[in-house]
Amino acid sequence: MRRLLSRLATSPQGIMLATGIVLAVLFSVANPVFLSAPNIVDLLRNAIVTGIFAIGVLIVLASGGIDVSFTAIGAFALYATTKLLIVSGIHPPMLAIFAIGIAIGVALGFVNGLLIGLLGLPTLIVTLATLSLFRGALLTFVGTLYYGTIPAEMVAYSRQPLLAFHLASGRVVQLPLAFGNFVLVAGFAALILGSTMFGRKIYALGGSEEAAARIGIDVRRVKLAIFMLVGGIAGLAGVTHVTLMRIANPFDLVGSELNVIAAVVLGGARITGGHGTVSGTIIGVLVITMINSSLLLIGVPTYWQRLVVGGLILFGTGLPIAIERFNLHRARLRAAAGPTVTVQAPV
Amino acid sequence: MRGIFKSYGPARVLQDVDFLLGPGEVRCLAGENGSGKSTLIKILSGVVAADSGTVSLFGRPVAGTDPAGVIAAGLSVIYQDFSLFPNLTVGENITFLRAAAHRDRLVHRLRRRRLAAETLDRIGVKLDLDEPVETLPVAAKQLVAIARALANDARIVVMDEPTTALTRNEVDNLLRLVAALKQEGVSFVFVSHKIEEVFTVCDTVTVIRDGKVAASGAASDFTPAALVTAMTGRDIASQRLPRDATAPGRPFLSARGLTRIGEYRDVDLDLHAGEIVSIVGLLGSGRTELALSLFGDTRPDGGTLVLDGRPLSFGSVRDAMAVGIAYVPEDRLSEGLFLDQSINDNITVSSLGRDSRLGWLNVAAGARRAKAAVERLRIRLQTVAAPVVQLSGGNQQRVVLARWMEREPRLIILNSPTVGVDVGSKRDIHELLVALRAKGTAVLVVTDDIGEALAISDRILVMAGGRITASLAGDCATEHEIAARVAKDAA
Repeated sequence: MRRLLSRLATSPQGIMLATGIVLAVLFSVANPVFLSAPNIVDLLRNAIVTGIFAIGVLIVLASGGIDVSFTAIGAFALYATTKLLIVSGIHPPMLAIFAIGIAIGVALGFVNGLLIGLLGLPTLIVTLATLSLFRGALLTFVGTLYYGTIPAEMVAYSRQPLLAFHLASGRVVQLPLAFGNFVLVAGFAALILGSTMFGRKIYALGGSEEAAARIGIDVRRVKLAIFMLVGGIAGLAGVTHVTLMRIANPFDLVGSELNVIAAVVLGGARITGGHGTVSGTIIGVLVITMINSSLLLIGVPTYWQRLVVGGLILFGTGLPIAIERFNLHRARLRAAAGPTVTVQAPV
Repeated sequence: MRGIFKSYGPARVLQDVDFLLGPGEVRCLAGENGSGKSTLIKILSGVVAADSGTVSLFGRPVAGTDPAGVIAAGLSVIYQDFSLFPNLTVGENITFLRAAAHRDRLVHRLRRRRLAAETLDRIGVKLDLDEPVETLPVAAKQLVAIARALANDARIVVMDEPTTALTRNEVDNLLRLVAALKQEGVSFVFVSHKIEEVFTVCDTVTVIRDGKVAASGAASDFTPAALVTAMTGRDIASQRLPRDATAPGRPFLSARGLTRIGEYRDVDLDLHAGEIVSIVGLLGSGRTELALSLFGDTRPDGGTLVLDGRPLSFGSVRDAMAVGIAYVPEDRLSEGLFLDQSINDNITVSSLGRDSRLGWLNVAAGARRAKAAVERLRIRLQTVAAPVVQLSGGNQQRVVLARWMEREPRLIILNSPTVGVDVGSKRDIHELLVALRAKGTAVLVVTDDIGEALAISDRILVMAGGRITASLAGDCATEHEIAARVAKDAA
């Protein structure tokens, strides 16, 4: 138990969890509305799209890469899927609509995967380029006008609750079914990363790409698979976004990349690869969403959000390093205090 | 492997090489850096294909490049850097190879745990299966790498320079383990250029020089001298280099009662111009820590340093460099070189001040100096524009030396200067140090290679448990005497 606690205290997830709880307490003291059901539901609702994206980012970071193009993939999927349905007039079930979005995401992820896996280009450069490319292609060839009315299936889906709370005032607040998408993606990712060889190869790659190649792992194929998977997740996030907003705006999502990456890093994933957990990522997403939506609630101006998020990243990633240094220093002093060799030298 | 040829562009790396290994045989593959050893290993492990010739493994031919197939067939290479996954646990590292070779799709946690535990038992090692590999000491990492090969039922284990990073004790343990596994029928290819090990552990020897088999046969048919001659193609006497008779004058740098809590204490030290002093000690004796303090990288907690008769207190590498002290680190790969940058840039980077005026750099002058240094140090290369990472170990070390010599230091501190360097290059590096001494430079060598200390030093200091426990004249001390002191005081 003590060991678990001390590990929690020195891990970024643990620190973030503690920080999250402290912040939540502060928020609720400053404004009791924070703990009300509508606010918590709203918070969870706001976490859905960021959360799904974050799981994708976690997978890429764990493999030692970075992806900044996922928002463009999400925007492409959200708009292209909606437009396809409206223009063609077909009415497939919601599951099929998600499948279309995921398929678009996988296809775009395949482009990333080809450039990164087969050509061996650096992930940051490729995804920076495809961020622009995918977005440009969407706005140039697919369209720029947003749809204020979305297909009926999406509207129906968006009205279905996962959980519903009946308040004393008679109002009903609903956590939309889309939250289930986040839960499913997180569970799916946890399973892949933890229990399949593919998942372990992702961490292996993040640990040492050369070592992975030397034990016969086909590094290029694993990378291709990673980016297709992450593309699919981004596609799902895009379509989910439409159902939450009930409009399809091609200008949405792009621009929030750094916010998502920040959430994943806050959750303990390392930008250098090989580390990161689904549970940590969820904590990171919740903390960042809480800051983004609740600072306003207690009367702190919006601009402060960025400041707080930046400070938290430094704090959350810096503290474990500081603790480790301190432990090393203590170990050095303790070793000095212990028994020492007393053989005197003949000079 | 029979009649192996391999060329990279115009360079013929291997010519008509035969390499045979029987079950339960330990064969040493010896050769200097750049002789073609590594290429042979790459072909054997299926990473690159030979241009011509045949490779067969357990009686079956291996065609083209198929590293996964070779691993599945039962051959594992333990690379010099071990190629483990630092972020994963001991248990997972041990079983990863087997799981990947068997094309597993799911992770069988319990089965893997049991396999890892059994494998560690088999080699008689106790390690926490849940500890991440990055926090392990070097020797433990190597054991994990060996366990990983065995967990995959390896019947041939290729070990590339397995002992470079180990202390004497750890080397002995490793050699015992190799001998035990040999009894179980595991064959080993032992890539090494440490002559003593070849004779302790190997049954047979293949020596490669300039891409050809220079000698091959039972280890008992070789004498150490014959082996060295076969490797280098020249006679290298292992005797001591000539010593300078001039009496040292006033010390350039002297330390009194230097102490850093938990690292070293009460160190008295005098370094004179034109003198080579060695500090011999085991890993953890405080030798590296002391060297780092002399170079200003860490600050002593107590004691005094006097430089040229003036008291000195520096707390930064900049200060130390400003007074003419140079430091060549132990781990040249991570601390000493900008691996991806050119040889030229690596040589001139610490002495750019000499080529610049008002902040503008005279690139041509720098390039001239780099060229001259390359010739002086006999660095084997194609072009100074090539990145350092392409050079062999001995040549990389020479680049580091070249860089510091360009600064014309008054004191040069070298930490384990010939680790991972072959016999011929080692000799060249020693001659360079002697040449530096002749120019009036004070040279301090930190090493655990007693033979090296004896070969070049005017004075040898033995360090153990954070103290200097003996000071011996280089020309009277014997290897036996020093080894006894190093071991005794460390216990």
